Amino acid sequence: MGKTLLDIKNLHAEIEDEGKAILKGLNLKVNAGEVHAIMGPNGAGKSTLASVVAGKDGYEVTEGAIEMEGKDLLDLDPDERAKEGLFLAFQYPVEIPGVSNINFLRTSLNEIKEYRKEEPISAKDFMALVREKSALVELDAKLASRSVNEGFSGGEKKRNEIFQMAMLEPKVAILDETDSGLDIDALRIVAAGVNKLKNENNAVILITHYQRLLDYIVPDFVHVLADGKIVKTGDKSLALELEEKGYDWLTDVKTL
Amino acid sequence: MSGYTEEELKEELKDQEYKFGFTTDIESEKIPAGLSEEVVRMISAKKNEPEWLLEYRLNALRVWMEMTEPEWAHVKYEKPDFQNISYFSAPKKQYESWEDVDPEMKATMDKLGISLDEQKKLTGVAVDFVMDSVSVATSFKEKLSELGIIFSSFSEAVQNHPELVRKYLGTVVPTQDNFYAALNSAVFSDGSFCYIPKGVKCPMELSTYFRINESGTGQFERTLVVADEGSYVSYLEGCTAPMRDENQLHAAVVELIALDNAEIKYSTVQNWFPGDKDGKGGIFNFVTKRGMCHTNSKISWTQVETGSAVTWKYPSCILKGDNSIGEFYSVAVTNNYQQADTGTKMIHLGKNTKSTVISKGISAGQSQNSYRGLIQIAKKAENARNFTQCDSLLMTDRCGAHTFPYIECANNSAKLEHEATTSKIGEDQIFYCQQRGLSEEKAIGLIVNGYVKEVLNKLPMEFAVEAQKLLAISLENSVG
Amino acid sequence: MTTVISEKTDHFLSQLSIPENSFQLAAAERALQLDFPTTRDEYWKYTRLSKISKGAFTDSFEQKEKLDIEDQLVSNEFIVIENGIVREDISQYQKDYKIEISDASSPKTLKVNSSDIFSTINRAAAIHNVKITIGANKVIDTPLQIVYLNHSDRIISNTQLEINAEKSSKSTIVITNIGNEGKESFNNHVMTVDVAENAHLTINKIQAGNPSNYNISTEEIEQDQNSTFKINTVTLKGALVRNNINIAVNGQNCETHMNGAIVTKEKQHIDNHTFVDHKVSNCFSNENYKYVLEGKATGVFNGRVVVRQDAQVINAYQNNGNILLSDHASINSKPELEIYADDVKCSHGSTTGQLDENAIFYLQARGIAKENAKKLLVAAFIGEVIEEIEHEGTISLIHRLFKEVHNWDF
Repeated sequence: MGKTLLDIKNLHAEIEDEGKAILKGLNLKVNAGEVHAIMGPNGAGKSTLASVVAGKDGYEVTEGAIEMEGKDLLDLDPDERAKEGLFLAFQYPVEIPGVSNINFLRTSLNEIKEYRKEEPISAKDFMALVREKSALVELDAKLASRSVNEGFSGGEKKRNEIFQMAMLEPKVAILDETDSGLDIDALRIVAAGVNKLKNENNAVILITHYQRLLDYIVPDFVHVLADGKIVKTGDKSLALELEEKGYDWLTDVKTL
Repeated sequence: MSGYTEEELKEELKDQEYKFGFTTDIESEKIPAGLSEEVVRMISAKKNEPEWLLEYRLNALRVWMEMTEPEWAHVKYEKPDFQNISYFSAPKKQYESWEDVDPEMKATMDKLGISLDEQKKLTGVAVDFVMDSVSVATSFKEKLSELGIIFSSFSEAVQNHPELVRKYLGTVVPTQDNFYAALNSAVFSDGSFCYIPKGVKCPMELSTYFRINESGTGQFERTLVVADEGSYVSYLEGCTAPMRDENQLHAAVVELIALDNAEIKYSTVQNWFPGDKDGKGGIFNFVTKRGMCHTNSKISWTQVETGSAVTWKYPSCILKGDNSIGEFYSVAVTNNYQQADTGTKMIHLGKNTKSTVISKGISAGQSQNSYRGLIQIAKKAENARNFTQCDSLLMTDRCGAHTFPYIECANNSAKLEHEATTSKIGEDQIFYCQQRGLSEEKAIGLIVNGYVKEVLNKLPMEFAVEAQKLLAISLENSVG
Repeated sequence: MTTVISEKTDHFLSQLSIPENSFQLAAAERALQLDFPTTRDEYWKYTRLSKISKGAFTDSFEQKEKLDIEDQLVSNEFIVIENGIVREDISQYQKDYKIEISDASSPKTLKVNSSDIFSTINRAAAIHNVKITIGANKVIDTPLQIVYLNHSDRIISNTQLEINAEKSSKSTIVITNIGNEGKESFNNHVMTVDVAENAHLTINKIQAGNPSNYNISTEEIEQDQNSTFKINTVTLKGALVRNNINIAVNGQNCETHMNGAIVTKEKQHIDNHTFVDHKVSNCFSNENYKYVLEGKATGVFNGRVVVRQDAQVINAYQNNGNILLSDHASINSKPELEIYADDVKCSHGSTTGQLDENAIFYLQARGIAKENAKKLLVAAFIGEVIEEIEHEGTISLIHRLFKEVHNWDF
């Protein structure tokens, strides 16, 4: 078993202005080399989990901790969390007109390198890296020079997210509904990209509503998130069971 | 833009206050404050001007006396006391050539980051340097004169090419045009003059740097650029002023004339002292800029405005000739207590005339930033086209962003499109950048740069880099 | 204190009989000190008023016993106002709408236009004040129609409407000004509207009176929280029509809609000024004005949106589309945004052009004559505004007027 990368302990979180609790005591430990899938019905708190871990404004953590290799993330700004090695592939990647992907990523990469006290990457090496990594997700190199996500199709946006993941080489990547809105070919490409990127030293958390993605990225663990907690954990066969039976049997059990 | 490195920017950002806030200790000659016929005669006499120019000034003074300061702009300020301004301030020594220029003044230019020596060697930019109204030295004159290009201070042009000055002066901005233009016409002390002969493409960027140095002075420069038939020129203008806690007045007039088939590109990076963070001091920038386009000609205004306490400025094009083109690209940033009312006028008179207006406003602090633009299609302007896009970005909940477009169309073959948006800087965009490891400050810088890129791309390279840095400095700690 | 009396205003007022009560006499005094705006005034830049200011209008006339209004009606609930005087004898309304008709000695105080000359003349010279109340929780399907008629030449009608849509009510008012009698008359309307908490109110205005008529409408609307207000203006005729709509959004979670369809020809001048004042947070406003101008017609659109400091989360949109069908038509468009809060999404667009030649050709290629193709495209252009009216009777009246005025079928 690899060392623990991400450790979420008894996490309680609510929407800041409404005081509405979304996460209610969630525990999740992710070790190096592992792939976790988090599934669950709509409104269970899956995307909230991703946002809270990444440090998005508008949520308040009322109890619990999120640690990355033993370091508390909760006091860190979103960019510091990213520098610690956390990556979030967004469900809805935002468009940033006028900012080229290339400039954006180079700035991002060099900030992270600086944080790690590494030398900045030269323009030449950077471009070589772009070529290498964009091939990984079959992203047209032309897209790399366009503005961030502007005018991208849904599939291109998702591939761009994985391309960025490849560029930044995070320790823990959370893929938030990366499969939504993808046709089967795009899904295959995205999955192949993720598979190539995972190794013994990093970990992947897949947040998904459907079992489909898990045919391509095989999880070590499948967790069911319902009403702000993980209510069941199993191996990949749990996903198939969920596909068949839905979530009701689990949430019903819980209320018994 | 990938024109700057992190290190460069960081270096710049260390110096968060106004960067050009130093005064140059040069002995200067200043006319006592006040405005009267006597003062105008004195200015004219000091410059050894011909009779017709003195008459022009005196007439302007009479016109100005009858006028009242305009009130319609969306700005509030204490009106300057026009009798308490000195209308002429010049360094005492006059220089024969660039080599003779006072070392201290050269040092000033170095601090301004426009070191002439360096620019001569590296960039091939010819610079006319106007400090407190008087043109100090013009480099590259010889090289230009081989092509028949005249690029000199306005006063020199009056002495050496009076026929050209007399022919074009006041033809685009008539004396009675507005209050500040009339004032300028009476008391302008120097400025730049540029003439590009028929068919000549000026091989280098021509550049003027304006600086207000002496306290209690106003700067009233006059710029006249004439591009004769089939010629081309790209003209750059930069402005700075030292920090002073009283308000200083800058009322310039710029006239451009593009004759048939000529093209003029006029770029400005304006960084006059905006006042301190409490709104004290700063330059009142009341400028009239206008270009006349003859047949098949093109005038393109590009401006990056980060300075001045109050700005009142509408670089405009009169599209008189058929098939002429007018363009206006603007970035206006206001922070703290700055106020800007700026935009353009595109007057379509000829057939098949086209205009494009791209305006990007950024408001921060407690500032007020207004776009005011007129698109006018005259009855005989067949097939005129205009596209206007003006966007406003709000950085805090205490600033204001306003859009006042005037669209007047009297010809049914015209096609006009105007779009405007006003919104807050995207929190989701900032978060996305932060998630990728950028600090909030850097994320904002990046987003702002993306937002204004369309305009910065229109600037010559060196200017674009400077403009980008200025934006970063102006918006330091600006998010509310 | 010496006061300067405007000669023009003095002359204008001398033609009218001011009702002898302290409020109206005081209003007349105030009016005397006001002057008619000129094109030097920013908000009258494109509209010349000399035909009104120099015009000698009278307010005396003989009532007609019978008024032929049958073909103007879109509802069986209506109030008829003849040359500014309410004709209770021919009006017809049931208890759903509470109608109070009084003299004009104590109308509601105007907040935005209190020192405007036209509203001040209205306050001075009006004979009747009509107050319409839609009671709390009342949901009324049948619209109430206000039928304005001028049947004498050079008459001035000073009308006053006060509409109170009480809490949680829902109703529609239709205002028509479509009689063809009475040349060179001047309709000087003032309307105040209160839309209470949670109320829904729609006002549809149809302006197609005699083409030599002048019409200045001053309208002040106030909205309380959770209310929805919609005003649709359709203008087909008028020598000079000016609609000033001022909407103060005083409560949160309000919706405000303003739509206009202006289709005119000849030497007509149609001017719409709107002002939405977002004073508080969480509101939405949308504005869409479409002009189709033929002949020597001129159009003016001036839409102003102000978002006050601390009025956060405001979405405000303005759209103005213009088609010039003739060489001599002209349009002046001035959409303005004044934003003092930051969490806003505001935008405006203004386009001016012609009908799309490709579209005309496409329709022709499908067998439609060019003239009809144009009409079809104009109909499509203003269609989205007409749709907003949502009341079938009113829509068919508009279609009929289009046929009469422009010989167009929809």
